[in-house]
Amino acid sequence: MNERVLRLSNIHKAFGSVPVLRGVDLDVSTHEVVALIGASGSGKSTLLRTINLLERVDDGQVWLRDVDISDPRTNVDDVRARIGVVFQHYNLFPHLTVLDNVTLALRRVFKHSRDAAETRGLELLERVGLGTFARAYPDRLSGGQQQRAAIVRAIATGPELLLLDEITSALDPELVTEVLDLVRELKDEGTTIVMATHEMAFARDVADRVVFLDGGVVAEQGTPAEVFGSPREERTKAFLSRFNAG
Amino acid sequence: MLISVASTLVLAIAAWLFIVNTPGWAQVQSTFFDPEVLVAALPRVWDGFLLNLRVLFFAVIGVFVVAVLIAIIRTLRGPVFFPLRALAAGYTDLFRGMPLIIVLYLVGYGIPGLQGADGARIPAAVLGTIALILTYSAYVSEVFRAGIEAVHPSQRLAARSLGLSHGQSLRLVILPQAVRKVTPALMNDFIAMQKDVGLISVLGAVDAVRAAQIETAKFFNFTPYVLAGLLFVVLALPMIRLTDWYSARLRAREQIGGVV
Repeated sequence: MNERVLRLSNIHKAFGSVPVLRGVDLDVSTHEVVALIGASGSGKSTLLRTINLLERVDDGQVWLRDVDISDPRTNVDDVRARIGVVFQHYNLFPHLTVLDNVTLALRRVFKHSRDAAETRGLELLERVGLGTFARAYPDRLSGGQQQRAAIVRAIATGPELLLLDEITSALDPELVTEVLDLVRELKDEGTTIVMATHEMAFARDVADRVVFLDGGVVAEQGTPAEVFGSPREERTKAFLSRFNAG
Repeated sequence: MLISVASTLVLAIAAWLFIVNTPGWAQVQSTFFDPEVLVAALPRVWDGFLLNLRVLFFAVIGVFVVAVLIAIIRTLRGPVFFPLRALAAGYTDLFRGMPLIIVLYLVGYGIPGLQGADGARIPAAVLGTIALILTYSAYVSEVFRAGIEAVHPSQRLAARSLGLSHGQSLRLVILPQAVRKVTPALMNDFIAMQKDVGLISVLGAVDAVRAAQIETAKFFNFTPYVLAGLLFVVLALPMIRLTDWYSARLRAREQIGGVV
Protein backbone atom coordinates (compact mmCIF):
# COMPACT_ATOMS: atom_id res chain seq x y z
CA MET A 1 0.00 0.00 0.00
CA ASN A 2 1.23 3.47 -0.84
CA GLU A 3 1.81 6.13 1.74
CA ARG A 4 -1.24 8.12 2.77
CA VAL A 5 -1.29 11.77 1.61
CA LEU A 6 -4.66 12.90 2.84
CA ARG A 7 -7.12 11.75 5.45
CA LEU A 8 -10.48 13.34 5.97
CA SER A 9 -12.14 12.28 9.15
CA ASN A 10 -15.78 12.98 10.00
CA ILE A 11 -15.88 16.30 8.11
CA HIS A 12 -18.88 18.50 8.89
CA LYS A 13 -19.59 21.79 7.19
CA ALA A 14 -22.74 23.90 7.13
CA PHE A 15 -23.43 27.21 5.43
CA GLY A 16 -25.66 29.01 7.89
CA SER A 17 -28.33 26.49 8.80
CA VAL A 18 -27.81 24.41 5.64
CA PRO A 19 -25.64 21.36 6.27
CA VAL A 20 -23.51 20.50 3.23
CA LEU A 21 -21.09 17.92 4.61
CA ARG A 22 -22.34 15.64 7.36
CA GLY A 23 -19.51 13.38 8.34
CA VAL A 24 -17.28 12.65 5.35
CA ASP A 25 -14.42 10.16 5.73
CA LEU A 26 -11.90 9.76 2.95
CA ASP A 27 -8.30 8.55 2.63
CA VAL A 28 -6.11 9.28 -0.37
CA SER A 29 -2.74 7.58 -1.00
CA THR A 30 0.18 8.81 -3.06
CA HIS A 31 -0.23 8.35 -6.81
CA GLU A 32 -3.91 7.69 -6.34
CA VAL A 33 -6.55 9.37 -8.49
CA VAL A 34 -9.86 9.77 -6.69
CA ALA A 35 -12.95 10.96 -8.54
CA LEU A 36 -15.73 12.58 -6.51
CA ILE A 37 -19.08 12.18 -8.19
CA GLY A 38 -22.53 13.24 -7.08
CA ALA A 39 -25.38 15.55 -7.95
CA SER A 40 -24.93 19.31 -8.02
CA GLY A 41 -25.06 20.51 -4.45
CA SER A 42 -23.88 17.19 -3.04
CA GLY A 43 -20.86 18.93 -1.53
CA LYS A 44 -18.09 17.93 -3.95
CA SER A 45 -16.69 21.44 -4.35
CA THR A 46 -17.12 22.26 -0.68
CA LEU A 47 -15.21 19.11 0.21
CA LEU A 48 -12.34 20.12 -2.07
CA ARG A 49 -12.28 23.57 -0.50
CA THR A 50 -12.05 22.16 3.00
CA ILE A 51 -8.94 20.25 1.93
CA ASN A 52 -6.94 23.38 1.05
CA LEU A 53 -8.59 25.34 3.87
CA LEU A 54 -10.51 27.75 1.68
CA GLU A 55 -13.37 26.56 3.90
CA ARG A 56 -12.86 25.86 7.58
CA VAL A 57 -14.52 22.65 8.75
CA ASP A 58 -17.13 22.91 11.49
CA ASP A 59 -16.15 19.53 12.86
CA GLY A 60 -13.76 16.73 11.99
CA GLN A 61 -10.11 16.71 10.93
CA VAL A 62 -8.14 17.12 7.74
CA TRP A 63 -4.77 15.40 7.80
CA LEU A 64 -2.12 16.22 5.22
CA ARG A 65 0.56 13.56 5.66
CA ASP A 66 0.94 13.42 9.45
CA VAL A 67 -0.31 16.90 10.29
CA ASP A 68 -3.80 17.90 11.31
CA ILE A 69 -4.19 20.96 9.10
CA SER A 70 -7.71 21.65 10.37
CA ASP A 71 -6.04 22.84 13.58
CA PRO A 72 -6.73 26.59 13.78
CA ARG A 73 -3.05 27.25 14.46
CA THR A 74 -2.07 25.87 11.07
CA ASN A 75 -0.33 28.30 8.73
CA VAL A 76 -2.83 28.17 5.88
CA ASP A 77 -0.42 29.67 3.34
CA ASP A 78 2.11 26.88 3.94
CA VAL A 79 -0.58 24.25 3.50
CA ARG A 80 -1.97 25.82 0.34
CA ALA A 81 1.49 26.05 -1.17
CA ARG A 82 1.67 22.25 -0.94
CA ILE A 83 -1.68 21.70 -2.67
CA GLY A 84 -2.45 22.59 -6.28
CA VAL A 85 -5.98 23.67 -7.22
CA VAL A 86 -7.64 24.02 -10.62
CA PHE A 87 -11.02 25.70 -10.79
CA GLN A 88 -14.02 25.32 -13.05
CA HIS A 89 -13.60 28.81 -14.48
CA TYR A 90 -9.78 28.65 -14.76
CA ASN A 91 -9.36 31.83 -12.65
CA LEU A 92 -6.19 32.83 -14.45
CA PHE A 93 -5.04 36.33 -13.55
CA PRO A 94 -6.04 38.47 -16.55
CA HIS A 95 -3.46 41.20 -15.91
CA LEU A 96 -0.51 38.78 -16.02
CA THR A 97 0.92 36.91 -18.97
CA VAL A 98 0.46 33.16 -19.09
CA LEU A 99 4.07 32.71 -18.00
CA ASP A 100 3.69 35.14 -15.09
CA ASN A 101 0.54 33.31 -14.02
CA VAL A 102 2.48 30.07 -14.00
CA THR A 103 5.55 31.42 -12.19
CA LEU A 104 3.81 33.67 -9.64
CA ALA A 105 3.81 31.13 -6.80
CA LEU A 106 7.34 29.96 -7.61
CA ARG A 107 8.60 33.51 -7.38
CA ARG A 108 6.54 34.87 -4.54
CA VAL A 109 5.81 31.89 -2.33
CA PHE A 110 8.81 29.65 -3.02
CA LYS A 111 11.15 32.63 -3.53
CA HIS A 112 12.80 31.26 -6.66
CA SER A 113 14.65 33.74 -8.84
CA ARG A 114 12.72 34.98 -11.85
CA ASP A 115 15.13 33.14 -14.16
CA ALA A 116 14.76 29.83 -12.40
CA ALA A 117 10.99 30.19 -12.20
CA GLU A 118 10.69 31.10 -15.88
CA THR A 119 12.89 28.22 -16.98
CA ARG A 120 10.61 25.85 -15.11
CA GLY A 121 7.44 27.60 -16.30
CA LEU A 122 8.50 27.62 -19.95
CA GLU A 123 9.47 23.97 -19.81
CA LEU A 124 6.04 23.04 -18.45
CA LEU A 125 4.19 25.24 -20.94
CA GLU A 126 6.18 23.71 -23.80
CA ARG A 127 5.24 20.28 -22.59
CA VAL A 128 1.51 20.99 -22.69
CA GLY A 129 1.84 22.70 -26.07
CA LEU A 130 1.42 26.28 -24.83
CA GLY A 131 5.01 27.44 -25.31
CA THR A 132 4.02 29.94 -27.99
CA PHE A 133 1.49 31.54 -25.61
CA ALA A 134 3.92 32.08 -22.72
CA ARG A 135 4.09 35.85 -23.25
CA ALA A 136 0.43 36.24 -24.23
CA TYR A 137 -2.33 37.35 -21.90
CA PRO A 138 -4.93 34.75 -20.90
CA ASP A 139 -7.76 36.38 -22.86
CA ARG A 140 -5.98 35.48 -26.09
CA LEU A 141 -6.33 31.76 -25.33
CA SER A 142 -9.25 29.43 -25.95
CA GLY A 143 -11.07 27.96 -22.95
CA GLY A 144 -9.23 24.68 -23.28
CA GLN A 145 -5.87 26.43 -23.52
CA GLN A 146 -6.70 28.59 -20.52
CA GLN A 147 -7.61 25.55 -18.49
CA ARG A 148 -4.39 23.80 -19.48
CA ALA A 149 -2.47 26.92 -18.46
CA ALA A 150 -4.35 26.86 -15.14
CA ILE A 151 -3.32 23.24 -14.64
CA VAL A 152 0.30 24.17 -15.34
CA ARG A 153 0.00 26.99 -12.81
CA ALA A 154 -1.28 24.50 -10.23
CA ILE A 155 1.49 21.94 -10.78
CA ALA A 156 4.39 24.36 -11.33
CA THR A 157 5.36 24.26 -7.66
CA GLY A 158 5.31 20.46 -7.56
CA PRO A 159 2.40 20.07 -5.14
CA GLU A 160 1.89 16.86 -3.16
CA LEU A 161 -1.77 16.84 -4.01
CA LEU A 162 -3.75 18.22 -6.92
CA LEU A 163 -7.41 19.21 -6.54
CA LEU A 164 -9.48 19.54 -9.72
CA ASP A 165 -12.87 21.17 -9.26
CA GLU A 166 -15.15 20.42 -12.24
CA ILE A 167 -12.40 21.57 -14.56
CA THR A 168 -14.21 20.72 -17.79
CA SER A 169 -17.70 21.93 -16.85
CA ALA A 170 -17.24 25.39 -18.32
CA LEU A 171 -15.65 24.17 -21.56
CA ASP A 172 -17.19 23.65 -24.97
CA PRO A 173 -17.50 19.92 -25.65
CA GLU A 174 -14.80 19.90 -28.33
CA LEU A 175 -12.30 21.42 -25.89
CA VAL A 176 -12.86 18.90 -23.11
CA THR A 177 -10.59 16.24 -24.58
CA GLU A 178 -7.42 18.32 -24.61
CA VAL A 179 -7.84 19.07 -20.91
CA LEU A 180 -8.67 15.50 -19.94
CA ASP A 181 -5.69 14.21 -21.93
CA LEU A 182 -3.46 16.42 -19.82
CA VAL A 183 -5.00 15.06 -16.60
CA ARG A 184 -4.36 11.55 -17.89
CA GLU A 185 -0.69 12.45 -18.45
CA LEU A 186 -0.44 13.79 -14.91
CA LYS A 187 -1.85 10.55 -13.60
CA ASP A 188 0.68 8.57 -15.61
CA GLU A 189 3.44 10.65 -14.02
CA GLY A 190 2.18 9.66 -10.60
CA THR A 191 0.41 12.84 -9.52
CA THR A 192 -1.96 12.38 -6.59
CA ILE A 193 -5.31 13.80 -7.67
CA VAL A 194 -8.70 14.37 -6.09
CA MET A 195 -11.17 15.59 -8.69
CA ALA A 196 -14.81 16.54 -8.59
CA THR A 197 -16.29 15.69 -11.96
CA HIS A 198 -19.39 15.14 -14.03
CA GLU A 199 -17.40 13.31 -16.71
CA MET A 200 -18.44 9.78 -15.84
CA ALA A 201 -16.63 8.20 -18.78
CA PHE A 202 -13.43 9.94 -17.76
CA ALA A 203 -13.83 8.97 -14.11
CA ARG A 204 -14.36 5.36 -15.16
CA ASP A 205 -11.30 5.51 -17.38
CA VAL A 206 -8.76 7.34 -15.24
CA ALA A 207 -9.77 7.12 -11.57
CA ASP A 208 -8.36 4.48 -9.28
CA ARG A 209 -11.27 5.01 -6.97
CA VAL A 210 -14.68 6.57 -7.41
CA VAL A 211 -16.39 8.21 -4.45
CA PHE A 212 -20.10 8.92 -4.65
CA LEU A 213 -21.23 11.77 -2.40
CA ASP A 214 -24.87 12.02 -1.50
CA GLY A 215 -26.62 13.90 1.29
CA GLY A 216 -23.32 15.20 2.63
CA VAL A 217 -21.75 11.78 3.22
CA VAL A 218 -19.83 9.20 1.20
CA ALA A 219 -22.68 7.02 0.04
CA GLU A 220 -20.52 4.53 -1.81
CA GLN A 221 -16.94 4.13 -2.98
CA GLY A 222 -14.87 1.61 -4.81
CA THR A 223 -13.04 0.96 -8.05
CA PRO A 224 -14.71 2.34 -11.18
CA ALA A 225 -15.69 -1.19 -12.10
CA GLU A 226 -17.44 -1.66 -8.76
CA VAL A 227 -19.21 1.69 -8.59
CA PHE A 228 -20.17 1.96 -12.26
CA GLY A 229 -20.48 -1.76 -12.99
CA SER A 230 -22.36 -3.04 -9.99
CA PRO A 231 -23.32 -0.29 -7.56
CA ARG A 232 -24.49 -1.61 -4.20
CA GLU A 233 -26.58 1.36 -3.12
CA GLU A 234 -29.96 2.25 -4.57
CA ARG A 235 -29.16 5.96 -4.61
CA THR A 236 -25.95 5.29 -6.56
CA LYS A 237 -27.94 3.36 -9.12
CA ALA A 238 -30.51 6.13 -9.33
CA PHE A 239 -27.78 8.77 -9.80
CA LEU A 240 -25.92 6.78 -12.45
CA SER A 241 -29.06 5.88 -14.36
CA ARG A 242 -29.76 9.58 -14.83
CA PHE A 243 -26.40 9.89 -16.55
CA ASN A 244 -26.78 6.79 -18.68
CA ALA A 245 -30.23 7.86 -19.78
CA GLY A 246 -28.98 11.34 -20.70
CA MET B 1 -13.08 65.47 -43.14
CA LEU B 2 -12.88 68.38 -45.60
CA ILE B 3 -16.48 69.31 -44.90
CA SER B 4 -16.01 69.32 -41.15
CA VAL B 5 -12.90 71.52 -41.46
CA ALA B 6 -14.73 73.92 -43.76
CA SER B 7 -17.82 74.18 -41.58
CA THR B 8 -15.71 74.69 -38.49
CA LEU B 9 -13.77 77.48 -40.19
CA VAL B 10 -16.90 79.23 -41.39
CA LEU B 11 -18.46 79.10 -37.92
CA ALA B 12 -15.25 80.31 -36.26
CA ILE B 13 -14.90 83.26 -38.62
CA ALA B 14 -18.54 84.19 -38.21
CA ALA B 15 -18.29 84.04 -34.43
CA TRP B 16 -15.10 86.07 -34.48
CA LEU B 17 -16.59 88.78 -36.68
CA PHE B 18 -19.67 88.89 -34.49
CA ILE B 19 -17.68 89.27 -31.30
CA VAL B 20 -15.21 91.92 -32.49
CA ASN B 21 -18.06 94.00 -33.93
CA THR B 22 -20.06 93.87 -30.73
CA PRO B 23 -20.22 97.29 -29.05
CA GLY B 24 -18.03 97.27 -25.99
CA TRP B 25 -15.67 94.63 -27.32
CA ALA B 26 -12.75 97.00 -27.16
CA GLN B 27 -13.35 97.52 -23.46
CA VAL B 28 -13.73 93.78 -22.82
CA GLN B 29 -10.54 93.15 -24.72
CA SER B 30 -8.53 95.67 -22.80
CA THR B 31 -9.89 94.45 -19.46
CA PHE B 32 -9.41 90.72 -19.92
CA PHE B 33 -7.02 90.23 -22.83
CA ASP B 34 -4.43 93.00 -22.62
CA PRO B 35 -1.20 91.67 -24.19
CA GLU B 36 1.02 94.11 -22.35
CA VAL B 37 -0.39 93.20 -18.98
CA LEU B 38 -0.10 89.55 -19.91
CA VAL B 39 3.59 89.85 -20.65
CA ALA B 40 4.19 91.90 -17.52
CA ALA B 41 2.32 89.46 -15.27
CA LEU B 42 3.67 86.28 -16.79
CA PRO B 43 6.88 85.87 -14.69
CA ARG B 44 5.16 86.06 -11.31
CA VAL B 45 2.11 84.06 -12.36
CA TRP B 46 4.41 81.44 -13.85
CA ASP B 47 6.43 81.25 -10.61
CA GLY B 48 3.16 80.79 -8.75
CA PHE B 49 2.12 78.13 -11.18
CA LEU B 50 5.31 76.19 -10.48
CA LEU B 51 4.29 76.15 -6.82
CA ASN B 52 0.93 74.71 -7.87
CA LEU B 53 2.74 71.97 -9.77
CA ARG B 54 4.87 71.12 -6.72
CA VAL B 55 1.79 70.99 -4.51
CA LEU B 56 0.04 68.82 -7.09
CA PHE B 57 3.00 66.42 -7.23
CA PHE B 58 3.06 65.79 -3.49
CA ALA B 59 -0.73 65.80 -3.15
CA VAL B 60 -1.08 63.11 -5.83
CA ILE B 61 1.42 60.85 -4.08
CA GLY B 62 -0.20 61.49 -0.71
CA VAL B 63 -3.71 60.90 -2.01
CA PHE B 64 -2.67 57.66 -3.71
CA VAL B 65 -1.11 56.24 -0.55
CA VAL B 66 -3.83 57.33 1.87
CA ALA B 67 -6.68 56.38 -0.48
CA VAL B 68 -5.33 52.88 -1.13
CA LEU B 69 -4.85 52.32 2.60
CA ILE B 70 -8.38 53.43 3.41
CA ALA B 71 -9.85 51.36 0.59
CA ILE B 72 -8.00 48.28 1.84
CA ILE B 73 -9.18 48.88 5.40
CA ARG B 74 -12.77 49.24 4.21
CA THR B 75 -12.61 45.91 2.37
CA LEU B 76 -11.12 43.97 5.32
CA ARG B 77 -13.43 41.22 6.47
CA GLY B 78 -14.03 39.76 9.88
CA PRO B 79 -15.45 41.20 13.09
CA VAL B 80 -11.96 41.90 14.48
CA PHE B 81 -11.54 44.71 11.99
CA PHE B 82 -14.87 46.38 12.71
CA PRO B 83 -13.37 49.38 14.57
CA LEU B 84 -10.90 50.02 11.74
CA ARG B 85 -13.62 49.68 9.11
CA ALA B 86 -15.86 52.04 11.05
CA LEU B 87 -13.07 54.59 11.37
CA ALA B 88 -12.31 54.45 7.65
CA ALA B 89 -16.00 54.74 6.79
CA GLY B 90 -16.34 57.71 9.14
CA TYR B 91 -13.36 59.37 7.50
CA THR B 92 -14.78 59.09 3.99
CA ASP B 93 -18.20 60.28 5.19
CA LEU B 94 -16.70 63.30 6.94
CA PHE B 95 -14.29 64.48 4.25
CA ARG B 96 -16.59 63.83 1.32
CA GLY B 97 -19.25 65.90 3.02
CA MET B 98 -17.11 68.79 4.20
CA PRO B 99 -16.41 71.63 1.74
CA LEU B 100 -12.75 71.72 0.73
CA ILE B 101 -12.55 75.40 1.56
CA ILE B 102 -13.47 74.68 5.20
CA VAL B 103 -10.87 71.93 5.41
CA LEU B 104 -8.35 74.41 4.01
CA TYR B 105 -9.24 77.00 6.64
CA LEU B 106 -9.22 74.47 9.48
CA VAL B 107 -5.85 73.01 8.50
CA GLY B 108 -4.27 76.19 7.15
CA TYR B 109 -5.18 78.47 10.04
CA GLY B 110 -6.05 75.93 12.73
CA ILE B 111 -2.80 73.96 12.86
CA PRO B 112 -0.53 77.04 13.04
CA GLY B 113 -2.82 78.36 15.77
CA LEU B 114 -2.11 75.26 17.87
CA GLN B 115 1.59 75.99 17.87
CA GLY B 116 1.37 79.34 19.57
CA ALA B 117 3.53 82.31 18.78
CA ASP B 118 6.92 80.66 19.16
CA GLY B 119 6.21 77.66 16.89
CA ALA B 120 8.19 77.28 13.69
CA ARG B 121 5.95 78.37 10.85
CA ILE B 122 4.77 75.67 8.51
CA PRO B 123 4.57 77.06 4.95
CA ALA B 124 1.03 77.68 3.73
CA ALA B 125 1.69 75.49 0.70
CA VAL B 126 2.46 72.50 2.92
CA LEU B 127 -0.70 73.00 4.96
CA GLY B 128 -2.68 73.40 1.75
CA THR B 129 -1.24 70.14 0.46
CA ILE B 130 -2.30 68.37 3.64
CA ALA B 131 -5.84 69.73 3.30
CA LEU B 132 -6.02 68.59 -0.32
CA ILE B 133 -4.80 65.12 0.63
CA LEU B 134 -7.39 64.88 3.43
CA THR B 135 -10.29 65.75 1.17
CA TYR B 136 -9.28 63.98 -2.03
CA SER B 137 -8.25 60.77 -0.28
CA ALA B 138 -11.83 60.39 0.86
CA TYR B 139 -13.10 60.52 -2.73
CA VAL B 140 -10.34 58.48 -4.29
CA SER B 141 -10.52 55.75 -1.63
CA GLU B 142 -14.14 55.18 -2.63
CA VAL B 143 -13.04 54.80 -6.24
CA PHE B 144 -10.38 52.27 -5.24
CA ARG B 145 -12.89 50.44 -3.06
CA ALA B 146 -15.29 50.13 -5.97
CA GLY B 147 -12.42 48.74 -8.05
CA ILE B 148 -11.41 46.20 -5.42
CA GLU B 149 -14.98 45.01 -5.06
CA ALA B 150 -15.34 44.74 -8.84
CA VAL B 151 -12.57 42.13 -9.00
CA HIS B 152 -14.29 38.77 -8.94
CA PRO B 153 -13.88 36.87 -5.63
CA SER B 154 -12.62 33.85 -7.57
CA GLN B 155 -9.42 35.79 -8.28
CA ARG B 156 -8.76 36.01 -4.57
CA LEU B 157 -9.49 32.31 -4.16
CA ALA B 158 -7.05 31.46 -6.92
CA ALA B 159 -4.37 33.69 -5.41
CA ARG B 160 -4.79 32.30 -1.91
CA SER B 161 -4.85 28.75 -3.27
CA LEU B 162 -1.36 29.30 -4.65
CA GLY B 163 -0.18 30.01 -1.13
CA LEU B 164 0.02 33.78 -1.51
CA SER B 165 -0.67 35.62 1.74
CA HIS B 166 -3.53 38.07 2.13
CA GLY B 167 -1.17 40.99 1.54
CA GLN B 168 0.49 39.40 -1.48
CA SER B 169 -2.89 38.57 -3.01
CA LEU B 170 -3.95 42.19 -2.62
CA ARG B 171 -0.74 43.62 -3.98
CA LEU B 172 -0.05 41.21 -6.84
CA VAL B 173 -3.51 40.12 -7.94
CA ILE B 174 -6.39 42.26 -6.65
CA LEU B 175 -5.06 45.83 -6.68
CA PRO B 176 -3.55 45.75 -10.20
CA GLN B 177 -6.88 44.61 -11.59
CA ALA B 178 -8.82 47.04 -9.40
CA VAL B 179 -6.74 50.01 -10.57
CA ARG B 180 -7.27 49.06 -14.23
CA LYS B 181 -10.99 48.92 -13.72
CA VAL B 182 -11.21 52.40 -12.20
CA THR B 183 -8.53 54.22 -14.19
CA PRO B 184 -10.98 56.54 -16.00
CA ALA B 185 -12.57 57.55 -12.69
CA LEU B 186 -9.14 58.09 -11.13
CA MET B 187 -8.06 60.27 -14.04
CA ASN B 188 -11.20 62.32 -13.58
CA ASP B 189 -10.41 62.93 -9.91
CA PHE B 190 -6.87 63.81 -10.92
CA ILE B 191 -8.14 66.45 -13.33
CA ALA B 192 -10.38 67.88 -10.61
CA MET B 193 -7.41 68.04 -8.26
CA GLN B 194 -5.22 69.79 -10.86
CA LYS B 195 -7.38 72.86 -10.64
CA ASP B 196 -8.24 72.62 -6.96
CA VAL B 197 -4.56 73.09 -6.12
CA GLY B 198 -5.35 76.73 -6.96
CA LEU B 199 -7.41 76.92 -3.77
CA ILE B 200 -4.31 76.93 -1.58
CA SER B 201 -4.13 80.62 -2.46
CA VAL B 202 -6.76 81.29 0.23
CA LEU B 203 -4.09 80.40 2.79
CA GLY B 204 -1.78 83.07 1.43
CA ALA B 205 0.53 80.77 -0.50
CA VAL B 206 1.72 82.73 -3.53
CA ASP B 207 0.58 80.29 -6.20
CA ALA B 208 -0.65 81.16 -9.69
CA VAL B 209 -4.03 82.35 -8.42
CA ARG B 210 -2.59 84.50 -5.65
CA ALA B 211 0.08 85.91 -7.99
CA ALA B 212 -2.62 86.74 -10.52
CA GLN B 213 -4.58 88.50 -7.81
CA ILE B 214 -1.57 90.60 -6.90
CA GLU B 215 -0.86 91.46 -10.54
CA THR B 216 -4.51 92.23 -11.18
CA ALA B 217 -4.54 94.69 -8.30
CA LYS B 218 -1.36 96.27 -9.59
CA PHE B 219 -2.58 96.85 -13.17
CA PHE B 220 -6.33 97.29 -12.45
CA ASN B 221 -6.75 94.69 -15.18
CA PHE B 222 -8.09 91.13 -15.14
CA THR B 223 -5.74 89.68 -17.75
CA PRO B 224 -3.53 87.99 -15.09
CA TYR B 225 -6.55 85.94 -13.92
CA VAL B 226 -7.23 84.88 -17.48
CA LEU B 227 -3.58 83.98 -17.83
CA ALA B 228 -3.57 81.86 -14.66
CA GLY B 229 -6.82 80.20 -15.73
CA LEU B 230 -5.40 79.33 -19.13
CA LEU B 231 -2.30 77.84 -17.52
CA PHE B 232 -4.55 75.47 -15.55
CA VAL B 233 -6.47 74.58 -18.69
CA VAL B 234 -3.23 73.82 -20.54
CA LEU B 235 -2.17 71.66 -17.62
CA ALA B 236 -5.44 69.73 -17.67
CA LEU B 237 -5.76 69.25 -21.43
CA PRO B 238 -3.33 66.37 -21.90
CA MET B 239 -4.95 64.47 -19.05
CA ILE B 240 -8.46 65.14 -20.37
CA ARG B 241 -7.49 63.85 -23.84
CA LEU B 242 -5.72 60.87 -22.28
CA THR B 243 -8.82 60.00 -20.27
CA ASP B 244 -11.01 60.20 -23.37
CA TRP B 245 -8.61 58.03 -25.30
CA TYR B 246 -8.31 55.46 -22.54
CA SER B 247 -12.08 55.25 -22.01
CA ALA B 248 -12.59 54.75 -25.74
CA ARG B 249 -9.97 52.02 -25.75
CA LEU B 250 -11.66 50.25 -22.83
CA ARG B 251 -15.00 50.43 -24.62
CA ALA B 252 -13.49 48.98 -27.79
CA ARG B 253 -11.90 46.21 -25.81
CA GLU B 254 -15.12 45.31 -24.02
CA GLN B 255 -17.01 45.19 -27.26
CA ILE B 256 -14.83 42.49 -28.74
CA GLY B 257 -15.39 40.51 -25.57
CA GLY B 258 -12.66 40.99 -23.07
CA VAL B 259 -11.31 39.92 -19.77
CA VAL B 260 -13.22 38.95 -16.65
